Amino acid sequence: MEPRLETGNENKRWYMRGLRDGIPIGLGYFAVGFTLGITAREAGITAFQMGLMSLMMHASAGQFAVITIIAGQSGYVAMILTQLVINIRYLLMSCALSQKISPDTSMPKRMLMAYFVTDEIFGIAASVKGNLNPYYNYGAATVASPGWALGTVLGVLVGNILPLSMVSALSVALYGMFLAVVIPAAKEDKAVALVVLASMAGSLAFTYLPLLREISGGTRIIILTIVIAAAAAVIRPVPPEKITGVSAAEEAEKETVNETEVKP
Amino acid sequence: MSFSQNTYIYLIVAALTIYAIRALPLTLIQKEITNTFIRSFLYYVPYVTLAVMAFPAIITATSTPVSGIVAFLVAVVVAWIDGNLFKVAVASCVAVYVTELIVL
Repeated sequence: MEPRLETGNENKRWYMRGLRDGIPIGLGYFAVGFTLGITAREAGITAFQMGLMSLMMHASAGQFAVITIIAGQSGYVAMILTQLVINIRYLLMSCALSQKISPDTSMPKRMLMAYFVTDEIFGIAASVKGNLNPYYNYGAATVASPGWALGTVLGVLVGNILPLSMVSALSVALYGMFLAVVIPAAKEDKAVALVVLASMAGSLAFTYLPLLREISGGTRIIILTIVIAAAAAVIRPVPPEKITGVSAAEEAEKETVNETEVKP
Repeated sequence: MSFSQNTYIYLIVAALTIYAIRALPLTLIQKEITNTFIRSFLYYVPYVTLAVMAFPAIITATSTPVSGIVAFLVAVVVAWIDGNLFKVAVASCVAVYVTELIVL
């Protein structure tokens, strides 16, 4: 925690670094966003609504759930509960970031930073050595956010001109990305591996078993998440030092370890 | 099917919920969370949520379950070897495309 002068020059340097590290994120977001747009189009969401949604939320899994809930007209309470459960990880990431920035970071800066807490931006921000300057996150968001919004809008607009074989192929991109977060963490941590296996088994049961399959997708996520995560927390409490760097951080570190050593 | 204006209400409700989740800790919490249960619970939450959403949905998303199963296996293997989000996503898409060329 060395004292640091918040000069405009330094902010600019952090911002540029964030811009650069955000480029692969923006590209990935574009591709995944495109497939989300296709899903949204099938659910009857317009391109405008999709772009608006993307700029307001920046949340792949969350927006996927938004589309599901709107399509099913499941109600506002279901929307709030589902979003709370699906996005609760941002609470953890936000906690971690609150420990990583200078304590005297101003309120507006914190609020803007919070707007762009996504798995990937958190991942690269958490892998920055030492204290974090919010301008790094702003830089990453400057490329990641348009990539995401454009991808989702184009998915709605031109998703239908793609041949069926392409749509079928692209439809797994989002799930692939989810697995890319889960699997490396399971590899590192046996407890996470068991949690993932239990979750998939539970999800399978809720999809196909009689009675259980009557429960909607959103409710299924809530029930399984609360039950399995709470059980895991009781059986295998996590030592404090493991909390701050979730798999996204490790993942990003692998990619940017040679470049992300930001000068203090 | 067409959507009424309540789509926008849904969007605002979701956006406010998501922003509250992201903003509350960053703006309010100055000290570290010490409760082990809460920390551990929050640590496991993303993995359960993402696993539940990915499986078995990935298998039913494609034109035929065969390509979905292949996509799932490819995604797991590629993620195991190299956890890069983009690579895993692309690999599973290619797996579906190639599988469907063969079986359909």
